[in-house]
Amino acid sequence: MSVAAAPSLATAPPSTLVRPQSTLWGDAVWRFSRNKLAVVALVIVGVFIAIAILADLISPARYDYSVLAEANQFPNSHHWLGTDSVGRDFLSRLMYGARVSLAVGFSVQLFALVIGLTLGTFAGTFGGWADYLVMRLVEVFTALPIWLFALFLISVWRSSDQMTGGGFLNVVIAIGLVSWIQVCRLTRAQFLSLREKEYVLAATAMGASRFQIAHRHLLPNAVGPLIVVVTLGVPTAIFVEAGLSFLGFGINDPLPSWGKMIADSLAYVRVYWYLAFFPTVLLAFSMLSFSFVGDGLRDALDPRYSRS
Amino acid sequence: MLLYLLGRVLGIFLVFITVSILVFGLMHSVPGGPFDETNAPLPPAAKENILHKYGLDQPVYKQYLLYMWNAVHGDFGISFQSPTETVTQLIGRVWPTSMQLGLLAIVIAIGVGLPSGILSAINQNTWVDYTVTFTSTLGLTVPNFVIALWLLLLFSVGLGWLLTGGWPSASDPDFRTLIMPAITLALGPTALVARYTRASLVEVLNAEYICTARAKGLREPMVIMRHAMKNGLIPLITVLMPQIPNLITGTIFVELIFRVNGLGKFFVSSIFVRDYPMIMATVLLVATLWSFTYLISDLLYMAVDPRIRLFGKVR
Repeated sequence: MSVAAAPSLATAPPSTLVRPQSTLWGDAVWRFSRNKLAVVALVIVGVFIAIAILADLISPARYDYSVLAEANQFPNSHHWLGTDSVGRDFLSRLMYGARVSLAVGFSVQLFALVIGLTLGTFAGTFGGWADYLVMRLVEVFTALPIWLFALFLISVWRSSDQMTGGGFLNVVIAIGLVSWIQVCRLTRAQFLSLREKEYVLAATAMGASRFQIAHRHLLPNAVGPLIVVVTLGVPTAIFVEAGLSFLGFGINDPLPSWGKMIADSLAYVRVYWYLAFFPTVLLAFSMLSFSFVGDGLRDALDPRYSRS
Repeated sequence: MLLYLLGRVLGIFLVFITVSILVFGLMHSVPGGPFDETNAPLPPAAKENILHKYGLDQPVYKQYLLYMWNAVHGDFGISFQSPTETVTQLIGRVWPTSMQLGLLAIVIAIGVGLPSGILSAINQNTWVDYTVTFTSTLGLTVPNFVIALWLLLLFSVGLGWLLTGGWPSASDPDFRTLIMPAITLALGPTALVARYTRASLVEVLNAEYICTARAKGLREPMVIMRHAMKNGLIPLITVLMPQIPNLITGTIFVELIFRVNGLGKFFVSSIFVRDYPMIMATVLLVATLWSFTYLISDLLYMAVDPRIRLFGKVR
């Protein structure tokens, strides 16, 4: 609103002054809906999630149902996307693979959120030695190459007897342990910058309690960036899971994951090209969609952000 | 300045110690070891001898101290997966391959990313810009093993132009095998360079001194090359530098898919066979490289942009 327009508004009847109440979330939804790419990406993400949830109902067969006589069939009318080397319907495996990949993506973010928020809040509120300690920990994890460390952790767990079962949980914990840094940094930064803000000082002066300040001022400021970091973290986690499965350190057979299907296809790539093609396309699509949704959310949730 | 440097190097040293304790401790928290008798049963006396030879009968902290003592003297032990050579020799043998591949990728990243970023910034919101933006988004988001497979499907399976893997050697100097791994590895960094070049150039081109340069009658190439680029490329340092250790230590997937015998491939095999000395040495090597790269990029950033002060007061 420009300054020049102000006088005319002041002389207008009061009723026209009332405009629909705009909230942070309302504005964000409006801004997000204007971003076509992000909306399309959100729809694709929605489709992936629906497939992941409904895999049991909509898939033509179970992921581990194998008919050896029908092995290595190219896409045809019976098996729309063909069959793999032991005769399992590839479309069904891709659908269940969506479930595994997305489940890993979201669980890892939940895990990272819990660790990151806890450590970030700890560092941000106590400051001093607590801050120093947490930041050194962050530094160590920054220096550690994500891949090498996740691989290493899983191999350690795999060979120790306590955690043999359930490759899924191992994978989630290993990726989560290397993914909390962003959340932690962000939370800490929010706390630190908040302490310096005048309106917090004003709120304190007016007698607001710590809880009120955190609830009314920290949350609306921190939630936006956190949502963005978490959304953008999902494709990263899917990517790392796919990579680990690709190397043979991920989800256990016969559960399918896109990464594992890609790895399995490598041996047959010269002949059965479709085995490599479909999972890579799905993986690429899901990662692109999540990234676009994340970018869209970033633009939508930050009112100061303007498109260049 | 000196104090700041000293502080940073001390920080790197602490990270080094922490990482080494972490990895060493984790490795030794696992029951079983490289001389388990599942594959080849040994008489107890022979096993005792072997364990003694490798110092595996000592308490863990003593093993750690011994290891670190040797490591400081350049001895990282003998690789379990390749017992005829030391870890240092093994790394010395396979690292150059990864380095060559990485350097090639860096050259491509700068050689392709920079011009396309500049083109994209100059031709803002035209089809050139959209093509570059779309391709770089693809390069940044799609995992490199997916890209690798697509290239493989297209050029080896579909068109039959290139071999599916390998690496030029003295006996078989076929440099075409370099093409696919180098492109795959380069795509991410190239996209990164293009995107950041575009973003920062667009910002700089809106600055008033560019307007001045144009107003005084400089030709457009001069404005871009001499005036805009100088400031526009500063952010690239922080973007590009951390990519370097990433690239030269070899990415696991590219090396596995295209059968390149580099550091990444050997790291994975050392995980499979639990080759402790090799795992330890690789992790330490990469962690140290990372830390120093961050330090160097901070220093470079400061040298290029005098407004940035990492230490002391602004004069």
